[in-house]
Amino acid sequence: MTDNTFEPKIVAFCCHYCAYASADLAGSMRLQYPAGVRIIRTPCTGRLEPEYYMRSIENGADGVLIAGCLEGGCHFIDGNLYARKRVNAVREILEESGIDKERLRMVNVSAAMATNLVEVMYEMVDNIKKLGPNPLKKEAVSQ
Amino acid sequence: MIVAQRKKIPEITEIINGHKNVLVLGCGTCVTVCLAGGEREVSIISSALRIASRKAGTAIKINELTIERQCDNVFIETAAEEIKKNDAVLSLGCGAGVQAIAERYPDKPVYAGLDTAFLGILESRGVWTEKCAQCGACVLADFGGICPVTRCAKHMLNGPCGGSREERCEINANQPCAWQLIYKRLKDIGQVDKLKKIYAPKDWSTSIDGGSRTIIREDHRI
Repeated sequence: MTDNTFEPKIVAFCCHYCAYASADLAGSMRLQYPAGVRIIRTPCTGRLEPEYYMRSIENGADGVLIAGCLEGGCHFIDGNLYARKRVNAVREILEESGIDKERLRMVNVSAAMATNLVEVMYEMVDNIKKLGPNPLKKEAVSQ
Repeated sequence: MIVAQRKKIPEITEIINGHKNVLVLGCGTCVTVCLAGGEREVSIISSALRIASRKAGTAIKINELTIERQCDNVFIETAAEEIKKNDAVLSLGCGAGVQAIAERYPDKPVYAGLDTAFLGILESRGVWTEKCAQCGACVLADFGGICPVTRCAKHMLNGPCGGSREERCEINANQPCAWQLIYKRLKDIGQVDKLKKIYAPKDWSTSIDGGSRTIIREDHRI
């Protein structure tokens, strides 16, 4: 489904110490990121439970982006490394459930990498546009 | 503890297909510790099943509940109301838990959502290893606390097979040779002499080969 009017809704879990600051910097730099990206601040990507990703998709998000610190740069030493492993595990479960695993993606950025973060957001929007809307969206209910 | 792992979502979807309301029932004991069937896993698997069912258009309603222990009637009782409300139960307990629920609710389909693997320990984070084959006649006292029945691929009781290479098992090079471990351990604790004992062929009737086992303790019966 390649509807030109389709603007993917992406839930972006952003680590307070890097990606969230980076998104803030993007604002200061007057960089525009896609309007469909909804940012949720998290103390560390290692804090995120697999259920958060599952429920986001279940409730109709077209994509879920996890943005954590650069590898080796986690404020809590290795939270982002654990997050990466959990994201990979959930990608598998999503694939088994019939949802393209590309709808869930993790990236690593620093607080200074606003341009990269915005690029990643556009890239993800493009990818999700190719995949089409979340197949559960029509009947998505908030729980 | 009992170690299990989840079945793949397509397999579970096929199992529960045809039901309208399914209760995903977790267990708060062994399978919680081995991260296969506790509250968190119930939540993740339920979510995956809802996604799969909606994607397939089967609209199965998935409900969630985790009880303290599935292999004990006292705890099963706490799930009674939820079980009654649903057409079927997908148990994320071990094989014993699934059967305990099924016996308690004879008119309710009860399915296993996990593959129960073995009796083992948490070796390191995310790694579980088998330690006991539940043979019913423990020989650990003679082998320095290392079980040749479980950890030797050939269950050898009278010495190594001779096929190990660089202290690794010839059947599975990822495993250490149990006999290498036994010898080293007995040497360390000064009990190498114990290896002189000759074991007769093992009587497997105390194990599962004699049919399912029952232990009766008259002193505890009422």
